[in-house]
Amino acid sequence: MNVSRFLKNVILVELFVPVLLLTIGIYHGLMQVIYRAGVIHQAAVAKLDYYQGLTLHGVINAVVLTTFFAVAFGHATIAFYLKKEPNRKATMLSLILMVVGTLLAAAAMLSGKASVLYTFYPPLKAHPAFYIGTAMLIVGSWVAYWDWAVIYVRWKRDHRDVNTPLAVIGTLVNFTIWFVCTLAVAYEVLVLLVPWSLGWTDGVNVVLARTLFWFFGHALVYFWLLPSYIMFYTMLPKLAGGKLYSGMAGRIAFFMFLILSIPIGVHHQFGDPSIGRGIKLTQSILTFGVAIPSFITAFTIAASLEYAARLRGGKGLYRWIWKLPFFRKDVFLFGYLINGLILFIFGGLTGLVNASYSLNNVVHNTSFVPGHFHLTVAGPVFLAILGMSIFLVSQLTGKKIFLPAINTIIPYLWTVGVLIFSTGLMWGGLMGEPRRTNMGLTYLNPASEQYHSYWVISSMLGLAGGGIMFVAGFLYFIVFFGTFFRKKTAASMIDFPVSESLHEEKRIPLFDTFRPWLLLMGIIILMAYLPAISDALNNTGRKAPPYLPSDPTPILPKK
Amino acid sequence: MIDKFERNVIYTALLVSGLFIFSLFYAMGAKKADVTECLPYDKSYETARVNQIDAHTYQIFYVARMWNFEPSIAYIPVGSEVDLFVTSLDVVHGFNIFNKNTNLMGVPGGVSKTTVKFEEPGVYKVVCHEYCGTGHQNMQAEIIVNYPKK
Repeated sequence: MNVSRFLKNVILVELFVPVLLLTIGIYHGLMQVIYRAGVIHQAAVAKLDYYQGLTLHGVINAVVLTTFFAVAFGHATIAFYLKKEPNRKATMLSLILMVVGTLLAAAAMLSGKASVLYTFYPPLKAHPAFYIGTAMLIVGSWVAYWDWAVIYVRWKRDHRDVNTPLAVIGTLVNFTIWFVCTLAVAYEVLVLLVPWSLGWTDGVNVVLARTLFWFFGHALVYFWLLPSYIMFYTMLPKLAGGKLYSGMAGRIAFFMFLILSIPIGVHHQFGDPSIGRGIKLTQSILTFGVAIPSFITAFTIAASLEYAARLRGGKGLYRWIWKLPFFRKDVFLFGYLINGLILFIFGGLTGLVNASYSLNNVVHNTSFVPGHFHLTVAGPVFLAILGMSIFLVSQLTGKKIFLPAINTIIPYLWTVGVLIFSTGLMWGGLMGEPRRTNMGLTYLNPASEQYHSYWVISSMLGLAGGGIMFVAGFLYFIVFFGTFFRKKTAASMIDFPVSESLHEEKRIPLFDTFRPWLLLMGIIILMAYLPAISDALNNTGRKAPPYLPSDPTPILPKK
Repeated sequence: MIDKFERNVIYTALLVSGLFIFSLFYAMGAKKADVTECLPYDKSYETARVNQIDAHTYQIFYVARMWNFEPSIAYIPVGSEVDLFVTSLDVVHGFNIFNKNTNLMGVPGGVSKTTVKFEEPGVYKVVCHEYCGTGHQNMQAEIIVNYPKK
């Protein structure tokens, strides 16, 4: 499909900006493992503090990159499947909000005035520009979503009896989750934190702020994940040379994500006071519910891949696996997606451990948690973003991929790195190694009386894996920017691989409409969250004044 | 409508989820492993202290602040059952006892509570595992079990 010059440039900017920032994010990823393993015993390197770097690593990799990519990929998906380009004014507004917001937040973090990590738990206080910038980034993504919703409603009016393409359902489900969950964090930031950080209000209810954050914070992980799921369902079977085993399974999975992604956020707060045990247990069990669409996906994709491999002459119970196109340059996306899926097997299962109510006592806030989420967000999510960004840049600019052989190896190298890294972190976590801690200064500093020898081997494994991940990331930058700056050899276009369904599928109206699902989503969220918010309001004894991360005395408003 | 393999897989997925949920209740019931109790907050939790209730029952009221716990060292006889209360005077802190699966958050304006039994003598390290500012990596405490005479 041909794309207008305008849309092409918007998508390219939305890929170029976050990938440029990602160089800072990945540099700090490498620095984390170096500090943590006790290779250096310093608070800062090159004037960038450990916790400042950790904030940059989290915000850039997990919020900026993922949001920009979801919007860029959404533009491409909607335009490709509905044959209608987004409204130019809305798209421009969305782009400007996102870029300006990101620059504000980046300036606050780089100047060291927002070292509060990406969860920005109050009463640690950041510069107001950090909160306002993040809010602008989020609002910018809303504008793009509203515009797609209008395009979809108009398209549906003209195609009442046509099944909406699965990729469009996935994109709209994803941004609906995103819109609803970010309402809570927008309230937290704009109503609670910004006036408080400017000194207009005295205190903030910390448990309430945490509850609102996690209303957003867990749905966020599905916002990261669903673009990859769209690729798994609509592209991976085609890339493998086969067909999608069941499109219906994909629809069921996406609508289950819609209703269950949000009302489970309290499973991040099992250790928090002031929230009742019943609420925690309910949301723990709901989390098992949201694992079901992932089980469905694992089966559907495995069945689709087996079908493809048998078409290619694969035989035996498992030997067919070797017929899949693991290292083919023309379908390099296959390598990125399959590695993401392999990592997600471990990522999903460790996620269930974290969500299992009292079992969470073993792992909460230990390095088990980053060990787990590097198998998810740095697994299927990140690999899909890397692969698709190269794919889109090559097609939109009409340039051939730079170093195509290296490009096929990157996802494998990355996967080996993540597996070693996460093994180290999770092992350490089971031995109580804390996350988000500059361990090189104390726990892994033999000169310190707090030296903790148990964590030497686990953090060394983290270092080894992290080093391999850094090399893979570095190679990705070479391929991405190399492709960007090559000579143009073809016309600009978007041509996604499109998987057909293996079986003929009838249109079932319930799975081609949003209304009943949105209603159900609203009811479950209210039932799960009203008691949690009521507990946070009623059981919290006092509000907290702001603190700078460097100073144990509060900042009191000047009277 | 739904094919045989898909149906089997849906059953398997439900069965596996059921197994997880059963284990969760088993851990709560038979192993008495639970998350923090939800208590209403009052000012008295802001005073750090150790209370002896009887020969083998203690209460420790921990107060976390940037960047230490009070009491920084607590002495407990072997075999004691200890109620732990944790709150914070400033920012959010974490409270994790090494090798004891005790995991609480210290949040200003709230109090976390759990009960731990110390069967083995030793020095139990408490680590703050929530980022609480530039001194976070220094923040720890000790529970010394079976300290002969203090």
